[in-house]
Amino acid sequence: MSSFLVPLADSAAAASHPATGVAAYGWLLVALPLLGAAILLVGGRRTDSWGPKLATGLSWAAFVVGFLVFLNLLGYAGEERSLSLHLYSWVPAGQFQLEAGMLFDPLSIAFVLLVTFVGSLIHVYSLGYMEHDPDKRRFFAYLNLFVAAMLLLVLADSYLLLYVGWEGVGLASYLLIGFWNFNPSYASAANKAFIANRVGDVGMAVAIMFLFWQFGAVDFSTVNGAVDGASQGAVTAIGLFLLLAACGKSAQFPLQSWLGDAMAGPTPVSALIHAATMVTAGVYLVVRSHAIFDAAPTAQLAVVIVGAITLIYGAIVGCAKDDIKKALAASTMSQIGYMMLAAGLGPVGYAFAIFHLLTHGFFKAGMFLGAGSVMHGMNDKVDMRGFGNLSSAMKITWATFGLGWLAILGVPPFAGFWSKDKIIEAAFIGEGWRPWVFGLATLIGAGITAFYMSRLFFMTFHGKKRWPEDAHPHESPPTMIYPMMILAAGSAVLGLILAWPFAQTAPIVSWLAPVVGGHDGAEHHPVLPVPVITVATLLVVALGAGYAWLRYCRDAVPRTAPVGSLLTRAARQDLYQDQVNEGLLMRPGLHLTRALVFLDKRGVDGAAGGLAALIGGSSSRLRRVQNGLARSYALTMLLGVVVILGVVWVVQ
Amino acid sequence: MSTAVLGAAPAVFTPATLDYVALLPVLIVLGAAVVGVLVEAFVPRTSRYAAQVWVTLLSLVAALLALVLGAVNHQVGTAGLSQVGGTVKGSVVVDGPTLFLQGTILVFALLGALSLSERLGGVGADAFTPMGSSTPGSPQEAQAVKAGAMTAEVFPLFLFSVSGMMLFPAAGDLLTMFVALEVLSLPLYLLSGLARRRRLLSQEASLKYFLLGAFSSAFFLFGTALLYGFAGSVYLPDIATAIGARGSAFDGLLVPGVLMVLIGLLFKVGAVPFHMWTPDVYQGAPTPVTGFMAAGTKAAAFGAILRFLYVGVDQAQWDWRPALIVIAALTMIVGAVLSVTQTDVKRLLAYSSIAHAGFILVGVLSLSREGVSGTLFYLAAYGLATIAAFAIVGLVREGGSEATHLSQWTGLGKRHPWTAGIFAFLLLAFAGIPLTSGFTAKFAVFKPALESGTAGVVLVVLGLLCSAITVFVYVRVIVLMYFTDSSGDAVAVVEPSAFTTVTIAAGSLFTLVLGVAPASVLMLAERASQFIR
Repeated sequence: MSSFLVPLADSAAAASHPATGVAAYGWLLVALPLLGAAILLVGGRRTDSWGPKLATGLSWAAFVVGFLVFLNLLGYAGEERSLSLHLYSWVPAGQFQLEAGMLFDPLSIAFVLLVTFVGSLIHVYSLGYMEHDPDKRRFFAYLNLFVAAMLLLVLADSYLLLYVGWEGVGLASYLLIGFWNFNPSYASAANKAFIANRVGDVGMAVAIMFLFWQFGAVDFSTVNGAVDGASQGAVTAIGLFLLLAACGKSAQFPLQSWLGDAMAGPTPVSALIHAATMVTAGVYLVVRSHAIFDAAPTAQLAVVIVGAITLIYGAIVGCAKDDIKKALAASTMSQIGYMMLAAGLGPVGYAFAIFHLLTHGFFKAGMFLGAGSVMHGMNDKVDMRGFGNLSSAMKITWATFGLGWLAILGVPPFAGFWSKDKIIEAAFIGEGWRPWVFGLATLIGAGITAFYMSRLFFMTFHGKKRWPEDAHPHESPPTMIYPMMILAAGSAVLGLILAWPFAQTAPIVSWLAPVVGGHDGAEHHPVLPVPVITVATLLVVALGAGYAWLRYCRDAVPRTAPVGSLLTRAARQDLYQDQVNEGLLMRPGLHLTRALVFLDKRGVDGAAGGLAALIGGSSSRLRRVQNGLARSYALTMLLGVVVILGVVWVVQ
Repeated sequence: MSTAVLGAAPAVFTPATLDYVALLPVLIVLGAAVVGVLVEAFVPRTSRYAAQVWVTLLSLVAALLALVLGAVNHQVGTAGLSQVGGTVKGSVVVDGPTLFLQGTILVFALLGALSLSERLGGVGADAFTPMGSSTPGSPQEAQAVKAGAMTAEVFPLFLFSVSGMMLFPAAGDLLTMFVALEVLSLPLYLLSGLARRRRLLSQEASLKYFLLGAFSSAFFLFGTALLYGFAGSVYLPDIATAIGARGSAFDGLLVPGVLMVLIGLLFKVGAVPFHMWTPDVYQGAPTPVTGFMAAGTKAAAFGAILRFLYVGVDQAQWDWRPALIVIAALTMIVGAVLSVTQTDVKRLLAYSSIAHAGFILVGVLSLSREGVSGTLFYLAAYGLATIAAFAIVGLVREGGSEATHLSQWTGLGKRHPWTAGIFAFLLLAFAGIPLTSGFTAKFAVFKPALESGTAGVVLVVLGLLCSAITVFVYVRVIVLMYFTDSSGDAVAVVEPSAFTTVTIAAGSLFTLVLGVAPASVLMLAERASQFIR
């Protein structure tokens, strides 16, 4: 597999042109939203009235630039579609060359279009959603900051610049989750997101250092070109650390715990950052590093396993959640699991991973905005057991959400059918046990997805009305409705357009082929015939949706959650992920720190209380402690000296 | 010093050739310190503060100018050398690393002096007690306050310390190094004990610093004696030659000698297990002194470590390198882990400085020219951020006293967004987040370490893990400032004068520039990374 791919990667790397024409102004993509963030943050209260509109305008401007670059790129022949834009020499000292540049190729432009288009729609939506928030200027500044960082992440031409964007989206996400920080549990959710991301970022940092150590460079073209000559062990290690980074950012097992809590942020944030764009950065990273993963089958297998576990995990958790946003978050986690799995399959899967990422960006963002619209009409309530029959009050929200629901279920001809089915097919390709395990995992996942998404849909919009008398659900203002309608339209047709079944190869596959290598369908056959897989998928989807209809539409939904089975209770607790994290990581860490502090303070200080006593204590006590401290400090030094000299003496 | 041929040796007196141009910066600072003493004696009290501030700032600017002009126009590298027997040896070696570090220390000193001079509307420098000799809380002290007394002698003390720091990385023999060590340390011991508030804590810090400093100096001297026994000379090139021609009866003296000298030097940078003084002294000392001490001492001492290791005992690296690797690892781990539980901002920054010492040691251990330039860059980047950070800490007050407990910082971001914002930025720089100087600096020391072999790779991975831990610590402070509701608004940021504002602005601006466009300084560090042997 890797034998035919590496030269391909080589040629892709070599074919990078200097950017001319519109692409030469590609830096505007990052600069425009960044400017917006700067104006809104520095301008302060003065910009309150026009700031949000400016931010929205700049986001649309970035989309226009992105679209022009896309047209520019279309002007080149397939293999030539790779433009590099040199920004400046970041660190040009001697051996230590670090260039900051942008890379416009089919992969990055696909992301640019997704991020700017969905991002701009969500800016518009937020104009309505955040209208009465006193701090909405700050909110829009952070949104712009996020868009800028995300674009930097996908346009970077080296791992190091990607890392800058990576930290930037993390920061923006952190600021936005904690935006309503008057609620302490929200602020602690921001904390959790930060820590999980931090673990991932360490993986990223270590991977970058390993890349340096192995290749002496961190730009994509050099690395891709040199993977051939690198040792297997090193490439595997790099791949695994990149996977760790991806797991942190994309909420994949075992770093998945933060995504559910991140829902504490305002809903547009959940739609943009925690559904459509930032959380998919991990998938982007894996696909972008395809040369490394192709050369490291072990790391690739790890990616597939992580994806498979997460997609089942998220689906199970999604079945038990009564909080509409948390159920959607679990679904996001599960869908990204699909993308991860596809990305780990190698050349047969890369294009489908990105394909599903794009369609998911539309339908999941649309559903989150729909959830936001529901919350808007229901006084910010999120418990679905208090909804029911909302379709009567919010027709447009119901219709747009419904399209997203059909799309994620994979009902033909909506978007999910084209992208998710391709992943399921690809998962069935291979030899030995793998296609059966991973293929069945994706198939079962599709069934569970159908169940929990239908459950969510029916509980919210159908059945008997369960909302309290004082609630007056109403349709949302136009600024919120229109973005939802556009995203719903995307959920309906985007899959068909990108997969265009009447062409020889799907447009999305041939578009991405110059970056990730096209896969020749003739070479790989799934272990089951394709029609069988399709029918089986539709069958489990129908089963899942039907069961949900029986339980949550036909039968009455109790206002308080029943006790539920063992599995349901576990799923409500996110399958005890917090408890596991706490037991395995937090407690030992705390004990270790405490022990060290104990040694530092008690064992070595010798005097009880140490400095705490000093600050508030009396002078007589001070003197006593004083003596003890200095003497014991000196003793430590002496011990250190004796140990060092002793060890050196023994060794010699 | 090279010509101090004492006692029985045949009396052929050769005067040292002194290159005054190269020595000028140090001489200016020393001279200004002496002038400062005279000012203290003769200038009337009403104009004493102004006179001291002017003498200090002007001399530092003059020294910086002299340094830059000297470096540009003068054939650098032969300063204060005497040619003896074909080898270049001198007591004061002004070469690339020396010039870079002296310049860095002068910039630190300028910023430090500005924040030291902050009056906040009082008669004298705000951070210092009006009368150092009075018992804390005594009537005598109250009287001194009432009479408007001030300790303007902090300025000459400060200048003496600066001159010691400038001499330290230039010292070409172990005795000069020792003199420089003491010249830089003694004034710092005094300055640490002169805080206006929490004087007991300050005096305790001073005494502790002095006792432990004396203890470590003894190790340094003992090591010097052992190395003299081994090589028959205290000059670093002579020691290098003696190592090259091993086989004397005194070979056994080499390793203990090297390690003991190193221990004396490592104490100054706060490496584990010689770090115990750091948190106490950082907390007790007047905050501007802490900031300057953290930045300047580290730069000077690492300069001396670099020269001692690279020029003097380079060829014996197999003997001392394992010990230093263990020390670097321990320093990073202890600094990072212990910073997690700190509840006082100054102690937190102290443990952070310990962790940073570990990161710098990783650069030193790569034993290459790139390692030297990375270390130089790190020292400059870290120092500038540190001085600005401590200057901010000095401004956060509750009831006139510094509010250093972290619980007092809650909600600061809402009431003072700019101050908290800059502090948060500096913390991100300490954490090594991209686009801050901290990231470039870590990159600059880790990259040569990666290329130096397996031990380097292990240290770098350890370093990355430790930075991840420290990020958690710094971000906790940011969360406290921005995302936690404040306990009240008793804590406020006092309005600083132009002095402190300049310090904070310059420090944070450098931190940003060195992160976004570090090319020029990196190149300067690389050009300056060659020692004269």
